[in-house]
Amino acid sequence: MVRLLALMAFLIMGAVASLAAHAAGVPKPMVKVEGSGQCVAATEEMRLNHMNMLGHQRDRTLRQGIRGEKASLIGCVNCHASKTTGSVLGKDGFCESCHSFAAVKVDCWQCHQPKAGHKTAGANGAAGAKQ
Amino acid sequence: MTEPNDKSRRGFLGVAAVGAAGLGVAAIAPGFHLIEVSQAGAPGAGVSNKVRWGMLIDTTKCASDCNACVKACNTENGITETVKDPRQGSQWIRKLDLKDPKSGLTHSLPMLCQHCEHPPCVDVCPTGASMKRADGIVLVDRHTCIGCRYCMLACPYKARSFVHIPLTEQNPEVPRGQGCVESCTFCVQRVDKGQIPACVEACANAEHNAMLFGDLNDPNSEIAQRVAQVKTTQVRADLKLNVGVRYQGI
Ligand code: SF4
Ligand code: SF4
Repeated sequence: MVRLLALMAFLIMGAVASLAAHAAGVPKPMVKVEGSGQCVAATEEMRLNHMNMLGHQRDRTLRQGIRGEKASLIGCVNCHASKTTGSVLGKDGFCESCHSFAAVKVDCWQCHQPKAGHKTAGANGAAGAKQ
Repeated sequence: MTEPNDKSRRGFLGVAAVGAAGLGVAAIAPGFHLIEVSQAGAPGAGVSNKVRWGMLIDTTKCASDCNACVKACNTENGITETVKDPRQGSQWIRKLDLKDPKSGLTHSLPMLCQHCEHPPCVDVCPTGASMKRADGIVLVDRHTCIGCRYCMLACPYKARSFVHIPLTEQNPEVPRGQGCVESCTFCVQRVDKGQIPACVEACANAEHNAMLFGDLNDPNSEIAQRVAQVKTTQVRADLKLNVGVRYQGI
């Protein structure tokens, strides 16, 4: 019985200690803003609504041909791409770090270019071969 | 979305009777018309059905040994991937050599999405991903496309391709990726900036000048004047799709 109590006390103490450690160093997403200047909206609004802003904008741009709206994925990338990797992806990348922290899968980059100012290399001819 | 003006457009192009054109315009409510006018050209405004983008390809000027248009398209639109089976490579535009077996007369021409006024790809698409903009440019909304490839079967011009492999080298302005169908966009990212498609520019730079791009609805545009003067052909005109790409000399 005494041994059991001791074990329980040990466990509780352990839990308290780990909680304290947790509070001090809650793992946070690495949100590094490398671009200078103003975002298109306040941080709080961007955190809550960036997906809606981009979602509605993409439909207007693609289907109605409305260009130059304030929300734009190219705009996000140009400001937020890492100065080292040139990308918003990667472990510390602006998009990926937060999305992997929040466990929200983001499909944008299967089609969109995650690197700022990326220049497509010349065609390699395989697809462009004369038929 | 663009239906109200379509009749007047056809009349203008000389495909339908002049009377139909008058009817088409009269059918539009005056208020609706005014809104359109006020929107045209305003910053941030969308595209309008007053414009119908089109292309005229003069096959007598197109050189059989040239594929400058294909190369320019691939560079502009980031089509740089190598696929294992060449039949799976994306072709937004391709060169065709035609030969009349009887006379031996040969033609060379670029074939691309014809930006049909009545696009079968849009008709069959189960998700609404295949769509036509008000200015006549036919696009795939990749956000909605499920890659079923119905549109590839429906297109009479074999204009569409399916992306089979993951891509990483996209042009930022031309998103494209695995699992979606794609086709020529008339370089919509350039046209919306007032530029001409990359293929047309490349053809002119190669000094062939076989391709002309412009607004078929604008009577002052070069393309509208040319289609009004010379006989041009719509490929598979029997399908009555009223395509936006016309050929001369075939
Ligand atoms: S040519 Fe084919 S892909 Fe282009 S609009 Fe017509 S049916 Fe659709
Ligand atoms: S492949 Fe995509 S665009 Fe084509 S019919 Fe299917 S959903 Fe529509």
